[in-house]
Amino acid sequence: MKLTLKIWRQQNTADKGRMVSYELDDVSPDMSFLEMLDILNERLILEDEDPVAFDHDCREGICGMCSLVIDGTPHGPEKATTTCQLHMRKFKDGDVITIEPWRARAFPVIKDLVVDRTAFDRIIQAGGYISAPTGSAPEAAAIPVPKDDANDAFDAATCIGCGACVAACPNASAMLFTAAKITHLGLLPQGQPERYDRVTAMVDQMDAEGFGGCTNTGECTAVCPKGIPLETISRLNADLLKAYRG
Amino acid sequence: MRDVSSVTRSTPVATRPRPKTPSSAAGPLKRYRSSVGRKVVMAVTGAILFLFVITHMLGDLKAFLGREDFNHYSYWLRSVGAPALPHRVFLSSLEAGLVVAVILHIWAAVSLARQARRARPVRYAARPKVHENGYATYVMRYGGVVILLFVIWHLLDLTFGAVNPKGENATPYDKVIADFDPARWYITLFYIVAVILVGLHLRHGLFSAVQTLGWGRQGRYPAIRLVADVTAALVVLGFVAVPVGVTIGVLK
Repeated sequence: MKLTLKIWRQQNTADKGRMVSYELDDVSPDMSFLEMLDILNERLILEDEDPVAFDHDCREGICGMCSLVIDGTPHGPEKATTTCQLHMRKFKDGDVITIEPWRARAFPVIKDLVVDRTAFDRIIQAGGYISAPTGSAPEAAAIPVPKDDANDAFDAATCIGCGACVAACPNASAMLFTAAKITHLGLLPQGQPERYDRVTAMVDQMDAEGFGGCTNTGECTAVCPKGIPLETISRLNADLLKAYRG
Repeated sequence: MRDVSSVTRSTPVATRPRPKTPSSAAGPLKRYRSSVGRKVVMAVTGAILFLFVITHMLGDLKAFLGREDFNHYSYWLRSVGAPALPHRVFLSSLEAGLVVAVILHIWAAVSLARQARRARPVRYAARPKVHENGYATYVMRYGGVVILLFVIWHLLDLTFGAVNPKGENATPYDKVIADFDPARWYITLFYIVAVILVGLHLRHGLFSAVQTLGWGRQGRYPAIRLVADVTAALVVLGFVAVPVGVTIGVLK
């Protein structure tokens, strides 16, 4: 396959940045999207040019490091799939592919396609934890959890914190991410003691980071590689209302 | 050689954002200034305005019962509670409540729209694809502005009579008939466009309010969307009926 790549290049956070076009021949349809970028970078290194910086780690679709807005869609055209699990057979020979970083004030670009997602870490620090007493592990069956709650909590817990929800949101809101954590911990008995303090603290931190507000359009859920459902946001809203009313 | 030193940390530890006043420490009303709190204000005021829109529509449809019924209903609205209540006190109280709801609704909308604008300083080069219902954001924001302008015109027209051909002293029925005369087709068209925008606003607004108030669940979404769509369609039909009825001569 022969491709034209339009890639966002930005030297550092202070740099203004621009789109740069690259022609790439001999792309195998069996390559993953990141392997295709590896090929480009090998060539750039041989030409003594600066390789394109992009985030990646496990390349198994579970770590949440890879990102990339591909032709306007976070993680590219394949549903419920991270960029590292996207293969070039989803594209056609001669395609022009636009590759951009997540765009949000709370996710400043570090270099090229790499953005700083520590805003998510600070939202977690604000309340995304439970107080577990130390000592020997409690007997597993001592705290019963209804099966439906366990299912919903686990669905929410599959969030890998990649930030695609923020990238896709017309308001650059972090609601789906925050709501996944609120739902995950709020549905389980272990999460009850801090439940209402957690939701106010995490929403406050979310606002302080400079994310936008939620307009319930569902764009986030359409691109989420883990299929976090929209109802998590409503669960967050319900918990926050309860916390505000006291 | 590649310049590694140019890769700088974007957020030094000292400037990391902290919430100004935590919601837990804020007063019972100030808490609602968080992004989700403002959405709650939007949802509750939106629900009040929705109830008004429904009663307004039902009142309009009285035009089909005839001139006398319509004018009598209009007179009744101004004399509810008489003689205990002075003329128009009941109606004016409702209007005052609606004005407060409109102001809060617009405050929430404007501040959230500004927050959203600040949240994405650099736009995407590839036109962001709409995957779900992303267009709703534009329908609500730009449509909302057009609806506000329409409401101002509508009040000047049929409440104050300032821009009505019959002026302020005609009966409500006569004002309506004069307004949507076939010769004034552009006014009728403007009303129809505005009412369709109200319908689109309600279509997303009703769904969004349910979600914001915490009642959205995966299994309920199809029903919530259906109710929102059908309600929006009925509101459009109900409001379009009178202007179109006058223009085609069913009402005269």
